[in-house]
Amino acid sequence: MTDQQDAVSQQALVRVEELKKYFPLRQGFLPGRAHVQVKAVDGVSFSIHRGETLGLVGESGCGKSTTGRAILQLHKPTSGRVFFEDTELTGLGGTELRQLRPRVQMIFQDSVATLNPRHSVGKIISEPLRIHGVHSSQDIRYRVTELLELVGLNPKWVKRFPHEFSGGQRQRINIARALALNPSFVVCDEPISALDVSIQAQVVNLLNRLQDQLGLTYLFIAHDLSMVRHISNRVAVMYLGKIVELAPRRMLFMDPLHPYTQSLISAVPVANPKLERGRKRIILKGEVPSPANAPSGCVFSPRCPLAYDECFVTPPPYSQAKPGHFVSCHLVNNDKSSKIPV
Amino acid sequence: MNTIETITNEKASELGIEVVFPTPNQIMLRSMVRHKGFLIGATVLIIVVLMAALAPVLAPHDPYEQSLATRMLPTVWQENGSWEYPLGTDNMGRDYLSRIIYGSRVSLLIGFLVMIIAATIGTTMGLLAGYFGGKVDMVVSFLITVRLALPAVLVAVAVVALMGGSTKVVIFVLGFLIWDRFAVVIRASTQQIRPMEYVAAAKAAGCSTRRILIAEVIPNLMNNLIVVMTLEVARAILLEAALSFLGMGVQPPTPSWGLMISEAKEFMLFEPHLITIPGIALFVLLLGMNLLGDGIRDVTAPEGRS
Repeated sequence: MTDQQDAVSQQALVRVEELKKYFPLRQGFLPGRAHVQVKAVDGVSFSIHRGETLGLVGESGCGKSTTGRAILQLHKPTSGRVFFEDTELTGLGGTELRQLRPRVQMIFQDSVATLNPRHSVGKIISEPLRIHGVHSSQDIRYRVTELLELVGLNPKWVKRFPHEFSGGQRQRINIARALALNPSFVVCDEPISALDVSIQAQVVNLLNRLQDQLGLTYLFIAHDLSMVRHISNRVAVMYLGKIVELAPRRMLFMDPLHPYTQSLISAVPVANPKLERGRKRIILKGEVPSPANAPSGCVFSPRCPLAYDECFVTPPPYSQAKPGHFVSCHLVNNDKSSKIPV
Repeated sequence: MNTIETITNEKASELGIEVVFPTPNQIMLRSMVRHKGFLIGATVLIIVVLMAALAPVLAPHDPYEQSLATRMLPTVWQENGSWEYPLGTDNMGRDYLSRIIYGSRVSLLIGFLVMIIAATIGTTMGLLAGYFGGKVDMVVSFLITVRLALPAVLVAVAVVALMGGSTKVVIFVLGFLIWDRFAVVIRASTQQIRPMEYVAAAKAAGCSTRRILIAEVIPNLMNNLIVVMTLEVARAILLEAALSFLGMGVQPPTPSWGLMISEAKEFMLFEPHLITIPGIALFVLLLGMNLLGDGIRDVTAPEGRS
């Protein structure tokens, strides 16, 4: 794969190859009717190194969350392969997969829907333990206390129910549950999007601290570039089911190659008012096409100000432009300038 | 002067204040006590249950004992009525009050057993259809449609006519007939719960499908399930009465409210109380069950909590 040189130099914990997830859109209830497919994830490949945070950004509906869930096999991928260490997750049956679950966990976005309203916090956090064979109530109590302290919650609150907590606290419970089984890889599916800005920082700092403390590897899914910039080592940008650019954080933010990435970064406000006043935004024309009816050629071509004839015909290959910097753009591949003039 | 300040959870814990929230069950209990319909329904049900349970103690006479000498006695509030037979006697001279009291046993027995059979069938079907979707859902939806296209009373009459009427047959026939509302309601609510992230979270934690259904989905279905249960008990009791009235249900001389109405219809013009009394008993029980069902729906609804 394109990532191979990279993967050799550092140890890849998770490797994703040509992952695809299509959802059938049924029309009518009778079987066998022609149906349209929504290509939520359409052939993405990347690897995540041990101990790093890979940020995955893109606008709503571009397939970020589906990618995260497909990696964990919460959605069965349509095709493609996912490796965790040396195990291929995509080929595993139910029982083998369940045995591997403790190593790969997920933190969900919506802190309300993610906690069963009928269960107390203690029960929610201890559920993964019980599933994986911890039954002695003393062990469970000890571990739940430890976890609550780890995420900065008062262990006295085990008997409380989710509705008694604020959004930030619920997200901490959510994190505690994900960490209950000592995972090495955690998919964070927009863990901060539903939170106030002040609480976002707390949760991101908590995630950072836990990463250092426990040696976690994250796939951090978000649509907020500034948060991703803060937490990620490398960043992948998704558009309409495909990764258009993947690079180390610095490289991506200083020298974005793909026109879509450039427009995304230009949309991030700058904290310095003087600079902010001079900031030029790249405004894209049109709407994101429906993933059920993706454009031929480059998925970004209908909105790309620099698109030329080839862009509308053949999909650009996803290739390495500079060491560690992958991009999927004809302009870059053909040594033309891909910079949108501001 | 006192000022009231709103403080957050975090602030409270900093200040060392233990904020105690009522648990969902406590909230529910509170709104139950406030809900009139719920209280009335529950009271009626409790009274009828006690009546059925204590029938041998409460009934002044043997409900089967016939006596030609005392037939068609008037009730206590009519002319020549006596406290010996408060509700009078029927055309066989059996004490009407005792028959009403024993009749509640038949109604409740049939109501609850039918509901349990129907709930088991309907909930299983709805749960599987709602959770797995796709082909399973298609099959279940088809079965529900087929079931809804059959008029329950007609099918019940046909089956009872073939197999002969008895309490056992009535229970099984109705149980296998009225699972439709369970299936429809449970399927719809499972479809709502299915995409919830706590289901995905349980899956990510390595939960088996069976465990997800039992530990995550079913507890969240209980509200709806209990409501449908109470309503279906009422429906089963009504259907039993209808079948008994048609002579296709509980067989004489068993005291059943439906059967009593049926037996009294010949004397409707001369002794109307014979038909009114079991009718009122039936009406009050069904009203109570429906009030109870609506009450449970109200007190368990999330918008009812404050």
